[in-house]
Amino acid sequence: MNKEDRLRYWKKNLRYLLILLILWFTVSFVLGIIFVDYLDGVKRTSDGVVEDTNSLFHGFRLGGFKLGFWIAQQGAIYIFLIIIALYVWLMNKLDKEFNIEEKEISTSDH
Amino acid sequence: MDVQVWTYIIVGLTFALYIAIAIRSRAGSTKEFYVAGGGVSPLANGLATAADWMSAASFLGMAGIISFSGRDGSVYLMGWTGGYVLLALLLAPYLRKFGKFTVPDFVGDRYYSKTARIIAVVCALFISFTYVAGQMRGVGIVFSRFLQVDITWGVIIGMAIVFMYAVLGGMKGITYTQVAQYCVLIFAFSVPAIYISIMLTGNPIPQLGFGGELLEEPGVTLLDKLDGLSSELGFDKYTTGEKGTVDTFFITMALMVGTAGLPHVIVRFFTVPKVSDARKSGLYALFFIAILYTIAPAVSAFARTNLLNTIPNSTYNESPEWFKKWEKAGLIAWRDKNNDGIIKYTKGKAFEGKPNYVKLNNGEFKRGKSGEITLANINTEGENELYIDKDIMVLANPEIAGLPDWVIALVAAGGLAAALSTAAGLLLVISTSVAHDLIKKSINPNITEKGELYAARLAAVGAVLVAGYFGINPPDYVAAVVALAFGLAAASFFPVLILGIFSKKTNKHGAIVGMITGLASTLAYIIYFKFVNVHLNIPKNWLFGISPEGFGTVGMILNFIVTILISKLTSEPPKKVQNMVESIRYPGDSKN
Repeated sequence: MNKEDRLRYWKKNLRYLLILLILWFTVSFVLGIIFVDYLDGVKRTSDGVVEDTNSLFHGFRLGGFKLGFWIAQQGAIYIFLIIIALYVWLMNKLDKEFNIEEKEISTSDH
Repeated sequence: MDVQVWTYIIVGLTFALYIAIAIRSRAGSTKEFYVAGGGVSPLANGLATAADWMSAASFLGMAGIISFSGRDGSVYLMGWTGGYVLLALLLAPYLRKFGKFTVPDFVGDRYYSKTARIIAVVCALFISFTYVAGQMRGVGIVFSRFLQVDITWGVIIGMAIVFMYAVLGGMKGITYTQVAQYCVLIFAFSVPAIYISIMLTGNPIPQLGFGGELLEEPGVTLLDKLDGLSSELGFDKYTTGEKGTVDTFFITMALMVGTAGLPHVIVRFFTVPKVSDARKSGLYALFFIAILYTIAPAVSAFARTNLLNTIPNSTYNESPEWFKKWEKAGLIAWRDKNNDGIIKYTKGKAFEGKPNYVKLNNGEFKRGKSGEITLANINTEGENELYIDKDIMVLANPEIAGLPDWVIALVAAGGLAAALSTAAGLLLVISTSVAHDLIKKSINPNITEKGELYAARLAAVGAVLVAGYFGINPPDYVAAVVALAFGLAAASFFPVLILGIFSKKTNKHGAIVGMITGLASTLAYIIYFKFVNVHLNIPKNWLFGISPEGFGTVGMILNFIVTILISKLTSEPPKKVQNMVESIRYPGDSKN
């Protein structure tokens, strides 16, 4: 592989990583933690947690779950799986495109 | 047949299976001992990784913790699965391409420094010993509760089993027993969950039943019922959180990054033949882990509902059989504070500390007015009268739901599988760190292959003994040190691994100072709040509201900053190292 191809391969790899990691961060930290109350249709006040009627998701249920609760305890895990599946698929395709799939290699004996 | 006979049969069968596998897969070379010869299929590696990773804490502890903390328990669910995204995308393929035996191997070679290697060895040993003590204890507890065997004997039996396959078979033996152990543990975890899901909601899939409507009260969802019961009794609603957002954020991040930095998990990716296989095993691993991790919160909610439906506001006499059984074991206790003969269960601690029962001269428990065992503990102010150990939620769940005896026995076998598989993986890290990174790479490079293998086996024996000792005599701070293990993995390994792969210019000075900074800051913070000034460990005193459990994230950020800064200020790594970094980025690149 020539130098240009190497650079292109690596840049594409980094771009895939960036997109997939943004997805990872969004589903867990943004939706599952920062906006979890909003997605549940509740808010925190000095009197504790109360219903938030201003939330678009107030009263919304996904198969019986409040949305934020479901993402935090179920949905995020499914999305993580999808992220890794996408990664495997994209990288295998990329390796093929640049023709640098591995033949059999073995751990170096040392 | 009663529960005990069933338990002997099922546990005995699973142990026979593990030993049979151990005998068939003895390791003949260091490569077989360290990385199973590098010939494990991605599917088998995914299964083994899942068993390696899911410990007694995942199997027995997590559902219990979530059961008592509701939505706040999500930190574990997201933290311990989200780490696999980091591992699969950022570490596994590259470390596999690097193609050596251990994590300190990578740190030592990439940072061309014995000092860096030794710091990495110390971190790996510390993290692994911390963790393994908890596993051996878990084995002892399962034995003592299900088979009425003394904890000490339970630990010794566990040590003997692990000894068989870890010492003889090394990674090769461990891998294939872990595959079997995964099957045992996931079967044992799902069967009761499916049963209970059908009983409560009619849906055989716990992940869906969890959100479903109750059979007994059509139109009311399980979670609404649970929120209602919780409020009625004076608890916070199950589906809302109390933990601060900042702290939740930092804990989740520390758990994710810590997971990705755990040496016994990383090393599993060295065992597959190719880079593409390493990627695939990451996917398989998370898939198998996700089965347990999506069922666990359902188990938590089911168990909580059953508990709140049966115990509060009943009398001691009316309480079910399991209540008295676990009371005897010291995992449930009731003190009738207001003398009304009714069990009041609400927010707050019932009394200080763990139950401390009063015994009569004849060795029998002293019984109170209602027949409950009398406690010597100091009362707390609150109205709550009931003590429940979080760990029993999984263990007692089948009994609480009235499931058949063989299911209860299965849970015991599952708990043992979870604890043993993780213990074996950790022991292997300890043994390779000593034999390979300390002896071969640092002290005596001329050691023969045979000598190194011998040293590895000897180190494994030593590690089994030390782990067993801590299992029998657990230090009081076992629970506290788990936070430490994750915090340290996050603050020490993760940044230098990531920078080692994604930045060619990161040099040894940066890495060494970075690791020490991350380690020292995290250690200092955790020791200050968890060991020295335990009474100050409240949110008001925390730096930016970050609990010791979440501080690993701060240590990690410090490590990144320091490593990058110092690398910029000092000379670049040698060309050879930069070429090595270049080569691990391309799967088909030949070695240089």
